[in-house]
Amino acid sequence: MVLALVAIWYVGAVAMNWSLVRDGFEREETPYTVSDVLAGTMDAERPLLPAPHQIAAAFLDSVFGYPPLAPRSLVYHSLVTLSATLLGFLLGALFGIVLALLILHSRVLERSLLPWIICSQMVPVLALAPIFIVVLGALGLHGLLPKSIISAYLCFFPITIGMVKGFASPDPLQLELMRTWSATPRQVLWKLRWPASVPYLFASLKVAVTISLIGAIVAELPTGAEAGIGARLLSGSYYGQTVQLWSALVAAAVLSSALIALIGLIERAVGRRMGVH
Amino acid sequence: MPKPSLSISDEPIADPRPGRLVVDAQNISLTFDTADGRVEALSNVNLQVAEGEFVSFIGPSGCGKTTMLRVIADLQQPSSGTLTVNDMSAEAARLARSYGYVFQAPALFPWRTIEKNLKLPLQIMGYSEIEQQQRVERYLSMVNLTGFERKFPWQLSGGMQQRVSIARALSFDPALLLMDEPFGALDEIVRDHLNEQLLQLWKSTGKTVLFVTHSIPEAVFLSTRIVVMSPRPGRIIDVIDCDFPTDRSLEIRETPEFLKVAQRVRNGLRAGHSYDE
Repeated sequence: MVLALVAIWYVGAVAMNWSLVRDGFEREETPYTVSDVLAGTMDAERPLLPAPHQIAAAFLDSVFGYPPLAPRSLVYHSLVTLSATLLGFLLGALFGIVLALLILHSRVLERSLLPWIICSQMVPVLALAPIFIVVLGALGLHGLLPKSIISAYLCFFPITIGMVKGFASPDPLQLELMRTWSATPRQVLWKLRWPASVPYLFASLKVAVTISLIGAIVAELPTGAEAGIGARLLSGSYYGQTVQLWSALVAAAVLSSALIALIGLIERAVGRRMGVH
Repeated sequence: MPKPSLSISDEPIADPRPGRLVVDAQNISLTFDTADGRVEALSNVNLQVAEGEFVSFIGPSGCGKTTMLRVIADLQQPSSGTLTVNDMSAEAARLARSYGYVFQAPALFPWRTIEKNLKLPLQIMGYSEIEQQQRVERYLSMVNLTGFERKFPWQLSGGMQQRVSIARALSFDPALLLMDEPFGALDEIVRDHLNEQLLQLWKSTGKTVLFVTHSIPEAVFLSTRIVVMSPRPGRIIDVIDCDFPTDRSLEIRETPEFLKVAQRVRNGLRAGHSYDE
């Protein structure tokens, strides 16, 4: 499967870069053969579609080729984006859960809040991000926090939806048992609704964490951020550095897989304590 | 043919009973409106249960036996009639934790170990940590489940889970035990076994038990009184005393006295049930 994709990619790289490389040879009026062009498509400096090995080489070089905090190191940029992602994820998760609690608390609130929540997710974040940055900047917030807020803004939604469902998931019999013990609403929440919603929590956290990474990257685009995966994407596209562009994308993919894997690990550990088999 | 809508107080042998009344229901009716029209779940039900009695409710589906139990537990409110439970209103009795309720399904909390499941009502009611531990030990041994403290519910068989739920209902020492077809989902052999255990439990604790069942032998074997109910409208059509010796074993089910009582229950059920539907 993976091999097939890589093969298709190579074919695509040859096809897309062919005319670029051939034009290059013709411009310099050097004689060339088919195999020269073929070789050229594999290591062009600014290819339309870089070949996988070029991306891999650039990715490895920019990860391991520099000290981790050098501005050319992808580790540095990933860390910048990661910190915004994690803070945004935390804020978004808290906000999402609080919102779900409010909705659980009152049906009226559900009807009045839900349209706004859905609206908030229909506005393209690319349009909102600059507004956020400007407004928050005027309030004296710079750097990490505005990015995190945009990231939180995007990622609270799946958590709210998931947790509203999760809080409502206990078995009716379990709820009636709590009633026969005349448990307080708070006891019902902590001893029944909260533990019952844990599977929903982790499912929505996995969705939310990738969204919050996207949010952090998008937040770096319109601000002309100097650091971060978004900044690398932006400068890559400015200067036609497609290889840099692609290795930044790879970094984003690696980062989000790592975050999901981390949540998966936590989920397993929590599940073991809660007797999941 | 038994008279329709016969109430217990009309039965010469049903009253008076020794001891204090734990349940005193007068003219309880409960109607609710469904899409198919008005349903009379309970119609003029009179019932007095004295301390230490074991009263079974038997009847076809829709006869209101479960509804009656739920009304006593204040899980449903009657449309009319007066009801005292443990000398209080049903609601006050629920708030005072006067009864333990056992449902047809064990309704254990799957994320809690057996020990923690037993502790749940005790935690809710604010028992001390030491007291909780003592009660877990006492009631687990009472249902012969010592050694299963650290297991999760899914590691136990259905019969064992139901024993845990009985222990849980007894753990806070309520005056009254309400059981809604607790063995209905179990196979015959397990059921027989649990019937014997329940009889032991009843003898040793002296609790008042209200027990809903579909099974004639179960009702006759366990009860001091059997209340036969009939549907549309839900009402009591017969009340049968059955005072078998307290040290009875399952073999008693072969004796002529047992079969006579069973026959009377069967006749009552037949008379109250219309087979046209």
